[in-house]
Amino acid sequence: MKKRFSLNVKSYLLRHLQVMLFSLGRLWRQPFSSLMTVAVIGFALALPAGLFVLLQNVNHVSGEWDDASQISLFLEQDLSEKQIQQLQKKIVTWPNVGEVNYQTAAQSLDEFRTLSGLGSLLDSLPDNPLPAVMTLFPAENNLPDDVIQSLLHDLSALPEVAQAQLDMAWLQRLRSINKLLERGISLLGLLLSLSVLLVIGNTIRLSILNRQSEIKVMKLVGATDRFIRRPFLYTGFWYGFIGGLFAWGTLLLVLSLLSQPIQHLASLYGSEFSLQWFAGLLFFYLPLVGIFLGIFGAWLAVGRHLHAIEPN
Amino acid sequence: MIQFMDVYKRYANRHEALSGLSFELQKGEMAFLTGHSGAGKSTLLKLIALIERSTHGQVFVNDQNLSRLSKSKIPYYRRQIGLVFQDHNLLHDRTVFDNVALPLVIEGENHREIGRRVRASLDKVGLLSKERQLPIALSGGEQQRVGIARAVVSRPPILLADEPTGNLDPDLSRDIMQLFEQFNQVGVTVFIATHDLELVKAMPYRHIALEGGRLAPSQTQP
Repeated sequence: MKKRFSLNVKSYLLRHLQVMLFSLGRLWRQPFSSLMTVAVIGFALALPAGLFVLLQNVNHVSGEWDDASQISLFLEQDLSEKQIQQLQKKIVTWPNVGEVNYQTAAQSLDEFRTLSGLGSLLDSLPDNPLPAVMTLFPAENNLPDDVIQSLLHDLSALPEVAQAQLDMAWLQRLRSINKLLERGISLLGLLLSLSVLLVIGNTIRLSILNRQSEIKVMKLVGATDRFIRRPFLYTGFWYGFIGGLFAWGTLLLVLSLLSQPIQHLASLYGSEFSLQWFAGLLFFYLPLVGIFLGIFGAWLAVGRHLHAIEPN
Repeated sequence: MIQFMDVYKRYANRHEALSGLSFELQKGEMAFLTGHSGAGKSTLLKLIALIERSTHGQVFVNDQNLSRLSKSKIPYYRRQIGLVFQDHNLLHDRTVFDNVALPLVIEGENHREIGRRVRASLDKVGLLSKERQLPIALSGGEQQRVGIARAVVSRPPILLADEPTGNLDPDLSRDIMQLFEQFNQVGVTVFIATHDLELVKAMPYRHIALEGGRLAPSQTQP
């Protein structure tokens, strides 16, 4: 009994393997039209994947500045040293506030002097125009935006504070632009996946129509719908799989063309940055997505058209 | 083996192809279905092969009531029937061997068994040497023999043929008929539709004659 069962499984798998190779053989015998379909699928998959790679690289670069929400408090000019220390003690106890550093007006002036190179000009001023500054770090990184904003609001409301400023607001803007792009790319990916689905579905539909008489004959000699469906599903499988590999190859080619100029650009900024390719990850995911879309597209086409073909 | 009980078939265009048809074919019998074109021969065979269903009345084949057979069971039902067509219905992108093997592949027969039975079948119709050729390379008579080999390869108990000699000259036609006789001799129920009365009148088998969708008046019912 057990032996019979394993024999059945074996012959079942063998049959699938045969149909799989048979479908591949069919594609192979029409290399030109198969290649065109594969290329369309490949480009459609490569585009969102390529954008994804570039976006990941941008995220990687901007992720290097972790203290994005460092807040600078510019204090009122007329505060005494004691008032300032009290303020510092008070703020440190607030929730969401981590470390608070303090820099006197004189220190600010010194810093500005060294950084700006305007030393002699500053010396000619009657008194120090710069305020004392407190630098405040949130208790943890990546606090949600609304928490940071309300913290900023509370700090601005303090009478001792002339101005509270989120230092790396630009980075946050960059990040939200990234988020926007990410969503855009996801939507683009979705649309292009849909078009892959339609391309495969349509290709399978045409091949079903081309094989109408063959399908009729098969039905006449007792083929089940499942038997007739199988080679078409495998055709979809191959289109998706090879299309995914094609997308991978295309992407690698494009990235290798981009990586040189990007490295050059980075070196002009004194950066060691080099493009990350995610080649391994994409080698896994692109064919996988392709296979899924291929089988699903074929399944839709077969479901719609196979029933309509009956011997007469 | 095949039993029609008061069977009507009306097509969507209101043409009545069969009207109140009743007859029975015994197991292991060989019979000819004759009549002019348009008399309902093809419709009758289509009802047996479940390509069409009757509008009224019952068809029994091998003790199965065909009007009770669900659509999903049709493929399995058809495996009991070998079908031979006037235009052969071969797959032109596959070799003779693969054409004949089709019913066995569909049944999921194993590789070695397929090889054995396809060759036995081709040997029977005298085309063993042509197994690697494509159907297009064969003559009309040879193509028809490939069609017959395919119809019998899974050893169905019933063999139906629709004008199997329609495109062949008399000598080839006689060869084909002899083939059918040989299958009948090993117990297969054979039912052949033909309008070639010259050919079949000398053969000692029952004729079921149709006329306008009914049994011809001269018919004697068993």
